[in-house]
Amino acid sequence: MAQSNRRASGGRIDRNQPLQFTFNGKSYEGFKGDTLASALLANGVRVTARSFKYHRPRGIMGHGPEEPATLVELDGEDASGNRPATTVPLRDGLSARSVNCWPSPEFDLGGINQLFERFLPAGFYYKTFKWPNWHLFEPSIRKAAGLAAAPAKPPARGHFEARNAHADVLIAGAGPAGLQAALEAARAGMRVFLADEGAEAGGSLLHRNLTIGGRPAMDWVADAVAELRGMENVIHLQNATVWAYREHNLLIVNQRDPEQDSILERSWRVRAGEVVIATGATERALVFGGNDRPGVMLASSVQAYVNRWGVTPGQRVVLFTNNNSAYAVAADLAVAGVTVEAILDSRNTVPKAALDLVSGITVRSGTVVSDVRGHKRVRAVKAVPANGGAGTWITCDLLACSGGWNPTVHLWSQSRSTLRFDEELAAFCPDQAVQSCRAVGAAAGVLTLDRIVDGGEDLTYRIEPLWRVDVPGQRGKAFLDVQNDVAVSDVHLALREGYDNAEHVKRYTTGGMGIDQGKTGNINIIGTVALQKGVPLQEVGTTTFRSPYTPVSFGAIGGLREETVLFPYRHTPVTQWNKDNGAVMYEAGARWRRPGYFPKPGEDLQEAVNRECRAVREGVGVYDGSPLGTFELKGRDVPQFLDFIYSNIMSSLKPGDGRYGLMLSEDGLILDDGVAFRLDEHRWMISTSTGHADAVNQQMEKLLQTEFPNWQVMITTVTSQWNNATICGPMAREVMHALGTDIDLSPEAFPFMSFRDGTVAGFPARVVRVSFTGELSYEVNVAPRHMAELWGKVMEAGAPFGILPVGSESSHVLRVEKGFLSLGHEVDGTVDAYDLGMGWAMSKKKPDYLGKRSVALRRSGGGTRRELVGILPEDPNRPIPEGAPLTPGGRKEATDGLVTACVWSVVNNRWVGLALLQNGHARQGETAHVRVKDDVIPVTVTKPVFHDPEGKLLRS
Amino acid sequence: MMLLTCPFCGKRNESEFIYGGPVGADRPDPNAVSDAEWVEYLTVTPNPLGPVREKWWHARGCGGWFAIWRDTRTHDIVEVPDGTK
Repeated sequence: MAQSNRRASGGRIDRNQPLQFTFNGKSYEGFKGDTLASALLANGVRVTARSFKYHRPRGIMGHGPEEPATLVELDGEDASGNRPATTVPLRDGLSARSVNCWPSPEFDLGGINQLFERFLPAGFYYKTFKWPNWHLFEPSIRKAAGLAAAPAKPPARGHFEARNAHADVLIAGAGPAGLQAALEAARAGMRVFLADEGAEAGGSLLHRNLTIGGRPAMDWVADAVAELRGMENVIHLQNATVWAYREHNLLIVNQRDPEQDSILERSWRVRAGEVVIATGATERALVFGGNDRPGVMLASSVQAYVNRWGVTPGQRVVLFTNNNSAYAVAADLAVAGVTVEAILDSRNTVPKAALDLVSGITVRSGTVVSDVRGHKRVRAVKAVPANGGAGTWITCDLLACSGGWNPTVHLWSQSRSTLRFDEELAAFCPDQAVQSCRAVGAAAGVLTLDRIVDGGEDLTYRIEPLWRVDVPGQRGKAFLDVQNDVAVSDVHLALREGYDNAEHVKRYTTGGMGIDQGKTGNINIIGTVALQKGVPLQEVGTTTFRSPYTPVSFGAIGGLREETVLFPYRHTPVTQWNKDNGAVMYEAGARWRRPGYFPKPGEDLQEAVNRECRAVREGVGVYDGSPLGTFELKGRDVPQFLDFIYSNIMSSLKPGDGRYGLMLSEDGLILDDGVAFRLDEHRWMISTSTGHADAVNQQMEKLLQTEFPNWQVMITTVTSQWNNATICGPMAREVMHALGTDIDLSPEAFPFMSFRDGTVAGFPARVVRVSFTGELSYEVNVAPRHMAELWGKVMEAGAPFGILPVGSESSHVLRVEKGFLSLGHEVDGTVDAYDLGMGWAMSKKKPDYLGKRSVALRRSGGGTRRELVGILPEDPNRPIPEGAPLTPGGRKEATDGLVTACVWSVVNNRWVGLALLQNGHARQGETAHVRVKDDVIPVTVTKPVFHDPEGKLLRS
Repeated sequence: MMLLTCPFCGKRNESEFIYGGPVGADRPDPNAVSDAEWVEYLTVTPNPLGPVREKWWHARGCGGWFAIWRDTRTHDIVEVPDGTK
């Protein structure tokens, strides 16, 4: 029968809005305002889950994020795993499945584990699956033990979002204490950020029949919410969990179901002046044999289902308590027409105020529940005197338990503020605040409404702790952590084996390590440890509270900080032309998008690269060199600064001239290579490799600001202020003439390693003669707004000379043929300039420069080093994979070096390579051996240059 | 995420800054120290349990470098301890 357990009226649900949903393949109906849990209970679904380890049948135990038993996996568009059924809002078409059971929780094949329960105690896996090693068993055990599977696909629609906010006061929790605090702060004009995890404000008032000033408490809540809504200085969010309290009063809030359809979840990072923790309190479970059976629930949750959702989870109820709060539950049940068979109270004396609430209901003081009868649902409970003795079975279909209340101190504790054990409340309560925060209401241990809101009426709270039922003859397993199947016997075992610290007990037994993080059970573990060791709870202490307070989806944590949004690609003005002309685009350092090569139809990579390289070596090519890092340095002290950061001397340059140099870091490693040009007396321009521009900038700024604050050097990043087309090849000069320029291009007037300002193709330009290809090159720098047009004119003017655009693949080939080094290929964390054959770049004249002392120190140890050499495979048609090791004789021995690059050389018509080889400079002419999978490749060691060794062409 | 005070820009989130390491000894004259002293300068940085003076770079802000005292136990930004510069 549909919704057989739904009350005829009452509750904060809309009976006019029925919603259809499926659970484990069966169809059900619920109402708007339901959670999946309340709808399942309304439909009389008792077994909703199977437990993690023993596959015991489980039902719904709680009504909020504390739920330990029923985790579900959602299907369809919003697929997600391991969601407590109590926190899943019902919607039309929702499809959910139980985790950890097959084929269904009612009939679960894994239930066979229950037969072996006594052989599967804590630590069972560590002790059993150790021979020959754990990894042999791990895959099958992980498969058996896992909960929900990760969704196979990302969400079909929508995205996650992150937002920053600032607040004078952040209030976590919109129950009575939180609303009260929000009203006070907001009325005083403070910027208030109020976030509450529930669908509606009100906290415990949503399900407790209390009054404030003689009116229903929810009227007071509605007034408060309305007043806050009208204030511009208030942000009030529901469905928003404050899940992390970080340093410097940073709080992270996960907001679900925000108003826009397109946003799945929103992550707020809120920096607050003060934090008010009004997170309420969480009811604790009681520990006795069979306390995990379907139909054993938290008393406050039973109350919530009856009052808030209009659902009666049982018809014949026994209440089991050690405190006053359950008496109000019994009263509400009676009003709802539910039979309360008895209230069993472990205390010998029950306060009169509590008894007055439940006239007509049997109250048995000094009585505990020791066992539960029933496998898939509670059929009877055994009531026995707390001090032992014969028990009696009471027939019932629901057992509502209250072990007392824990202030929800998760956020308080995350802030590093301290806790103390309050003997009167038998709970850990906030003590000393470490950051700017305070706890209020139940979170502070103020558990009754009359002490929170003026005019509130509530039953006085009294408790006598009962950490576990300990009477002779208990038969069933008594669970401390229902989610992870941790029983009292497991904790006792851990203590016997020497794991007697709260943190050790947790890790050995896994108690409190589930998705619920032991919200209902941890205190009982601490109590059990304290009882067994005979020490006060304060001495045992809590385990560390860490974020997140409740599970948060990875999407919400990541927000939009996904790769292309967080690190957008950088483009030059030529990108569109490249795409239009068939370029295969690559990322080439520092997120720049550059053309890799320009294949013609039917051409493969190698054919395209060969064609481009041949153009540069025999005719002319052009590439877009804009991504190179470029900096302008200005000031009196630039010369001595450059002499300090470059290993060679730059200060002797005359205006108009430039020099190639190496930049080291203080530990003697090569940071970058590049060129420096003197523009005039006090202005310089340096260029760096594309990928290291940011690192060079950081190094320069750090030195100037921290080491040499008195030096007059101003650095301006001009990478994006200059774009360039680099025309290279024997016919580059002809193309420049065809473009039209007022610069005298003769080698005498404009030699290699100098620059001239002028106009090219009608654009103001700075032309620089550098060469990364080994050919005559003109780097034509123009303003970005002229770049696309210049590029078109270059292609036009170069057409008669067969000019081709050159991609980064060809640039790589051309530089390897010349033996020009590439950071990341030939330069790693071991190589210095001498190893590269560039000892000339290490100034002997300068007494000091960055890295000099460290290079000298490293080389003072003697011994041979890996040095840069060229390699020619003896079979000219045999390519060698980059990174392949060289070993002595090609034997399986410690490596002798590695191949840093290997390319097909169009000028040599063979494969050529570069390698770092032990003592390589002295081994030229020898044969070395590259060891690759299933083969040894003999190579001849040569100088690391395969084209124009004298460098005549680039100076031509 | 810490809240750091840039001398130019005021209080900003840590994500705007790049950590520059603890402030170590001043750079010695490399020609006047022994190998051991040079290695010590390069590799031994202060790593106390408690307040440490460290460099930060406001890379995604004004670009300025500055130094603060941070308590490594708590992330508290603390006043300059007495007797230090």
